Amino acid sequence: MWIETTIAMRFLRQGRAQTLLILVGIAVGVSVIVFVVALISGLQANVIARTLGTQAHVRVEAPEEVNRIAPAAAGTAQLLLEDRRAQALRPIVNWQQVRDALDHLPGVTAVSPVVSGPAFGRRGDAVESVALIGMDLPRYLRVIPLDENMVEGRLDVGSGNALVGRQLAQDLGLRTGGKLRLDAGDGRATVVNVAGIFELGVRELDARYVYLDLKQAQSLLALPGGVTVIDITVAELFEAKRIAARIRGLTGLKAESWMETNAQLMNALTSQSMSTNMISFFVAMSVALGIASVLAVSVTQRTREIGILRAMGTRRRQMLQVFLVQGAVLGVAGSLIGALAGWGLVGIFNTFGPKLFYIPMPAGLVPASMLLATVAGVIAAAVPASRAARLDPVEAIRHA
Amino acid sequence: MPDSREVLRLDGVRKSYNIGQPNEVEVLHGIDMRVEHADFAALVGPSGSGKSTLLNQIGLLDSPTAGELYLLGKPTREMDDEARTALRGRHIGFVFQFHHLIGAFSALENVLMPHMVAHGKPDREALDRARNLLADVGLEKFADRKPGELSGGQQQRVAIARALVTRPALLLADEPTGNLDTKTAADVFKLLRRFNAEFGCAVLLVTHDPRLAETCDRTITLVDGRIDSDQ
Repeated sequence: MWIETTIAMRFLRQGRAQTLLILVGIAVGVSVIVFVVALISGLQANVIARTLGTQAHVRVEAPEEVNRIAPAAAGTAQLLLEDRRAQALRPIVNWQQVRDALDHLPGVTAVSPVVSGPAFGRRGDAVESVALIGMDLPRYLRVIPLDENMVEGRLDVGSGNALVGRQLAQDLGLRTGGKLRLDAGDGRATVVNVAGIFELGVRELDARYVYLDLKQAQSLLALPGGVTVIDITVAELFEAKRIAARIRGLTGLKAESWMETNAQLMNALTSQSMSTNMISFFVAMSVALGIASVLAVSVTQRTREIGILRAMGTRRRQMLQVFLVQGAVLGVAGSLIGALAGWGLVGIFNTFGPKLFYIPMPAGLVPASMLLATVAGVIAAAVPASRAARLDPVEAIRHA
Repeated sequence: MPDSREVLRLDGVRKSYNIGQPNEVEVLHGIDMRVEHADFAALVGPSGSGKSTLLNQIGLLDSPTAGELYLLGKPTREMDDEARTALRGRHIGFVFQFHHLIGAFSALENVLMPHMVAHGKPDREALDRARNLLADVGLEKFADRKPGELSGGQQQRVAIARALVTRPALLLADEPTGNLDTKTAADVFKLLRRFNAEFGCAVLLVTHDPRLAETCDRTITLVDGRIDSDQ
């Protein structure tokens, strides 16, 4: 390979202007790929992180209540007017066993049983409808990082303490240490101590959520010892759907993954990934066509030299390699410059951009894009290289 | 029987173009000839007589339609491109009218090129041989110049050095002095003569110039694809 590589490098160096132009072309293409892929994957990771900052990956609930309709006797027609059943707050049957089973399910990293239901929050004359959430704090924190979202007070729900959202605190004029009266209807009411105020960043949740201890919420909601929801965190985000299906099969409960809950988001993410792939593909293709056309011109320009080299005993295979190596070298060098430039663009975006979010540089992106450009370079070189190898030396030497 | 002196033998070599088509044409009509070690022969003939075609067959750049061509006793017509290329690289040196150096390489590297494409990176011995050849053609000081920085005569001398670096059995020269002035042409011709005597490589020289042909040991005249005379 020594002489083939040497000739290839000399040819590239001799056609300096062409080589530089195509290197710039490849570099621009690769930097676009690197930047767009980093941007989109950063954006997606950010959107997912924000979405899942306030949501469990999988939510397990008791199955919905349905009407049992007696089947019509054979040979009779049945006209049916069905009123859907009211979905009263129901506990998950045997939730302790379910929790323990889920704790051991592969792919599940956190399980948090929660009891949740509606109530009114009062302070003085002001009334707000709130959502009570009773939870076991250590377990819950592994699903929703509430500790990272505290703006005031301490993270404590035990012994009559409660956590309220910032918007609710504002609406009711609450401060840390203040008292909040909770009324869940049917005469079940209590006064809690506001231990802390959180801000999840979603207005609806910050205006309605009140976190309590599991026991206190159970008694307020008249579900002693029961839980209504089991929140689950999974190790692999995109495995959530599969794991939810598994839980449904295993427990007979209703289990919904974040991917199903946020179907529209998932759809957007998928189309985004698809458009990124398409951009990458077409940019890679135009890079490859650029390399192919530069080498095609080079073969034509060097026809006579190729003829001479063939006359002097250069084999077809060697001639083929001379041009394949040129394609590979252009791919490697151009993509190295391009990947660094793309990296630089990401840095510039992070430093001087709108700063809405930070784009991390995916670890494998630079080598992957270089590999892509190199493979594209070799493939692109194949056509001109095989033309060079097939040149008839007699014709080639006579070529003007 | 090939004897040890025989370099090249042609046995009824025919060459046709456009075979099987209405415009099929036979350019060489059965050529028989023999070139021996240290021969110095001129191949002359009017334009269109088939000189270049014959030279391409002899140089293994092309293969005959019929007949057989033996290089150092080996029949070559049935060889594939790979084998023919290897044989050509090892035993035949080319000097063309338009020197044809590779512009991206220095004079010394051009001289080494036939060696390098066969054996890769040159060793000490090959480098010394190439330097000596450049010295023999009077260009030792120009070893690192690119062809573009050399005159026509200098380039042709580099091309001759290049043709000899593999110590070929046969040197083919196609109008080697065609585009040089008389003085430079005479120098180049002298060099060919000298290497023929020193290395004993057979030289076959295609030329239009009758005066040049006269100074060769032997003149083969080709007319209409047949050997008209060989003396």
